Parts: sequence; structure tokens; C-alpha cells
Amino acid sequence: MSSAPAVTDATFDAEVLGATDTVLVDFWAEWCGPCRAVSPILDQIAQEHAGRIRIVKLNVDENPATTMRYGITGIPAMKVFRGGQEVKEIVGARPKQVLEAELAEFL
Amino acid sequence: MAVHKVVIIGSGPAGYTAGIYTARASLEPVLVASSIEPGGELTKTTEVENFPGFPKGIMGPDLMEEMREQAERFGTTVVYDDVVALDLDGDVKRVTLGDGTVLEAQSVIFATGSAYRRLGLADEERLSGHGVSWCATCDGFFFRQQVIAVVGGGDSAMEEATFLTKFADKVYLIHRSSTFRASSIMLERAQRDPKIEFVTDAEVVAINGGDSVESLTLRDTRTGAERSLPVTGLFVAIGADPRTHLVHGKLDLTPAGTIHVDGRSSRTSVPGVFAAGDVVDPTYRQAVTAAASGTVAAIDVEHYLAALAG
Repeated sequence: MSSAPAVTDATFDAEVLGATDTVLVDFWAEWCGPCRAVSPILDQIAQEHAGRIRIVKLNVDENPATTMRYGITGIPAMKVFRGGQEVKEIVGARPKQVLEAELAEFL
Repeated sequence: MAVHKVVIIGSGPAGYTAGIYTARASLEPVLVASSIEPGGELTKTTEVENFPGFPKGIMGPDLMEEMREQAERFGTTVVYDDVVALDLDGDVKRVTLGDGTVLEAQSVIFATGSAYRRLGLADEERLSGHGVSWCATCDGFFFRQQVIAVVGGGDSAMEEATFLTKFADKVYLIHRSSTFRASSIMLERAQRDPKIEFVTDAEVVAINGGDSVESLTLRDTRTGAERSLPVTGLFVAIGADPRTHLVHGKLDLTPAGTIHVDGRSSRTSVPGVFAAGDVVDPTYRQAVTAAASGTVAAIDVEHYLAALAG
């Protein structure tokens, strides 16, 4: 199971938009195979780049308001937030090396 | 570093079946399953109704789990990483993985399957994840009570359209001709579905929308007339291309883009390199034909290694 902490509709504004650090939100669901594949890769990235990027998860089944707000129609969707702004979006699972390259500016 | 007898690249029915057979032949196969899509295409499908031995059907992901378990039971080592480079010259082949590991092997079975074809439209990539999808089972959930479209004329288009009626209020099935590649059982099931409306002789020429899909521009393939179709989602199911980028310039390909193999065997143009499954098959592309093709490759590898040992 993933080691990334969960955010919810109730905590998203404070923990993501209100945060001063760089936060990657992984929008996921239990039934999503590619989400399960990318989850351990994100755990590794969080561990290897601790202090640079914080990775949290949002379950789309349980948190429809935030899912709607960001117009999510495909998961895994990974969005990077900095100072309350969305600065990067990646849709779909990627191998670790590809994900790291796409996130290079934040790592 | 130990030189393996065989490395299998790919974890669909061809790869896992090659694993089962080579493991049972005591060849201690290493199977590279990929980091993000182990199990391959079938993990994205729902019910598989045509795999013999499962009279009540089996879910695609479950079938692939069973195959993996069966391969591992006989001693296949499954590695969850991706192949990033291949050196196929000489007696020892070198397979480089994403984490930098190099596997050396006397033989390689290449069973990488195929990759979804894209429409090639300007806004397809930008709106991917915002209405454009290649996987109904992954993304259908987000289209509850919406009006969406599926483009394609084969079994996968029919399956996606039928599956999506669980969520959507209406599904347009857009196909550029009025004849279908789909099997009659899949086609008739979709045609009977009150939520599916067929739009034939129509080609998607543009995907329109700001932050997400708002409409499609369709062109009538007979008259050339264009019209707009308001939908919030588009599922692309227009077939797949053999995944051969790792072997371009290394193995001979056919005009269809598949890997060339010798007759009914799995022997490629390079000794010690064998290919199986959808990557060699431009025609049938079924789970069961891929599995059978994995068996052929495993037996070819056995004979190859026996001849090497003299």
C-alpha cells in the first residue's frame, strides 16, 4: 500500500493550496490498475526527493468535489501545486525514469 | 554476472505462456513485465468470454493474474521494470532495464504486444485526461450521466461502448465506414443497446474544447459534409500498432509493421531472438492465439539452446 498521506475534499485547500512547499497530488481510485502501478513509483520519488516535493493522494471516489473542480476525467492524474497554483499536470502512468524527467524542475 | 538461458520481454498472454513453457523446460526464464502495465492489454478489459476453459467468462485482470501465478509456480522470475535498450548481436544478448540493470541471456523472446493507435488530431494530446481516453474501464466512471462518443469499428470499440452505457446517458459509436471488423456477437450487442447510437460513414476530424472536450467535428466520408457533435468525452478504440520501437534496425519487420518470423515458427531475422504474440500477428490478435504463439516461441528456444549445447 502507498505510504503517501491522503488529502480529502475537506483538507485539500489547507494541505495543498495553502501549503508553502511543492505538493504533487495523485488523483487515484481502487479500481484503477494504472494507479496501482504508479503508486509505488511515486512512493520512491517522494522518498528519494524528500524536502523537494511532497506527494499526497486524493481518492476520486471519496472526494468528488475536488475531482470535479479540477475536471479530472482520467486517472492516475498527477498535479503539482506551488503557492496555491497548479504548475504541472501529468495524466496516465509512466515508468519511474520518465516521470522523474517530467518532474525534473521540481526535484 | 550469470548469463540467463532466456529472457522474455512482455507480460501478456504470449509472454506469460512462454514463461510457463520455458520454466517447465527448466530454462529458468526471467520475464520483464514492465513497471506500469504488467499483464498488458487484457488488464484493461472487463469480461473475457472467449478464452477456452472459462465457460462463465473471466475478468481480464484476473486472467492475467492467473497466468502470472502459473508462470511463477514453475520458476519464472518476474521483473517489474521496462526494457530501455537491447543488444541482440552475438551469442550473448544484453537487455538493459530502466533501473540500469543489464540482463545477459543466450536467447530472448520478444512479446511486447501492441500500443493503442491515436487519431493524430491537433488537440488529442492536450485534451487527453480531460475528455479524451483510451481506456473505458479506467475512465468511464468520470462520465456518469453524460453524452460521450466511442470511435472505432472493431471488438474493442463495441466492448468500450457497451461498457460505457453503465455510466453515460448516451454513447455515440462513430465509425468511418458502414461495415465493421467487430465480431457479430459484439456488434449485435452494441446495436441492441438503447443507449448506443451508431454514426457510420463518419470520421472524427477535430476534437473541440477549452479545458475539456465540448464537441467533435465529424466529416461524412461519402459527401465530405462536416458537422458538430456535442459530447463531453471521446474514447478512442481504432486499433493498435505492434510495439517494435526497441528493435527497429535490429530485427526485420514485415510490411504490416510486425516482426518478421520464419514461417510458422517464432524465429526472427537474428539467431537466438524469438518473437511471439501481437507483435508478430497482424491478423488474429486474440488472447488465445497470443498464448499459443508464446508456446511456439518457448519450444523454439528449447531447440535453439539444445542445438547450441550440441
